[in-house]
Amino acid sequence: MNRDEALLAYVSRLGDNALVIGQRMIELVAGCPELEEELANANCALDYIGQARMFYTYAAELEGAGRDEDDFAFLRAEHEFRNLLLLELPNGHFGDSIARLVLYEAFYRLHLEALAECADERLAAIAARAVKEVRYHLRHNAEWLLRLGDGTDESHRRVQASIDGLWRFTGELFADDEVDRTVAAEFGGPDLAAIAVRWKAEVAALLEQATLTSPRDEGMVSGGKAGRHTEHLGYLLAEMQFLQRSYPGAEW
Amino acid sequence: MNNTEWPLYEVFIRSKAGLSHRHAGSLHAADDRMALDAARDTYTRRTEGVSIWVVRSSSIVASDPAENAAFFEPAEDKVYRHPTFYEIPDGVENL
Repeated sequence: MNRDEALLAYVSRLGDNALVIGQRMIELVAGCPELEEELANANCALDYIGQARMFYTYAAELEGAGRDEDDFAFLRAEHEFRNLLLLELPNGHFGDSIARLVLYEAFYRLHLEALAECADERLAAIAARAVKEVRYHLRHNAEWLLRLGDGTDESHRRVQASIDGLWRFTGELFADDEVDRTVAAEFGGPDLAAIAVRWKAEVAALLEQATLTSPRDEGMVSGGKAGRHTEHLGYLLAEMQFLQRSYPGAEW
Repeated sequence: MNNTEWPLYEVFIRSKAGLSHRHAGSLHAADDRMALDAARDTYTRRTEGVSIWVVRSSSIVASDPAENAAFFEPAEDKVYRHPTFYEIPDGVENL
């Protein structure tokens, strides 16, 4: 894999992550427990869709095959998506959604901060813009995790179960492959091992503050980064891509 | 399960440095810190502000409309309290 191929795969994957989690959050629109949280969720979901657009637009330019951001989002099949498994899991209840976002955004913030320093100027600029949004998301969702963990007996029990259930999908955040290693070597991209150390410390501190217990790293699963997905992604894509698949080229 | 509603907060936004905070609206939130987040997401989505205050509505002491006559009407005939005898220099905004 040469440096150009690696950069394209890398940027496209960042777009997949942003699009899939953004779509999951959009599924919650009109379903949040309070009006104020409804606005917060929709704002954050649209931040992710905006990031996906920036990554896909750049990927399409790198590819130079005449495709655009919509082709990447709406006309690729399940195995072509390279998002993390953690992000394609169904939303579950409110505590599940919050727990997933905290686990991911604690990683994504560190990842974007490192990306903002990379040698590819365009990617660095996108990351520098996105990290401001994600810092707020993490702040907001971490506040919720504290309140759910250190709230009532029921909220504590349920959000602990959320963390326990999601934990096995967090190993993939730091599992580097040829794409990661090439971008790290050729463009000064993020060092996932270094990010893993910081993530573990930050998440452990957050969980402790929320009176929650850090699970053990057992039965970790991965595969999304290689195009091997859970059964959930297909349904997400079917709903998201339906319009473009049924009415090719349809525009607003 | 506890179904009591979250407390009401009043939101004040400073639109830019140098101006006062102005009342923007109200919202419900679980506590002070979440009220600040909710105010950010509800009232500054279109870059309306550079500073936010939130305060529990129950902490605001308000004048009684029934006492309006005693509170406000005595000021009505005191024209000398209005600084209308000064010329405002050109270029002074927001006075």
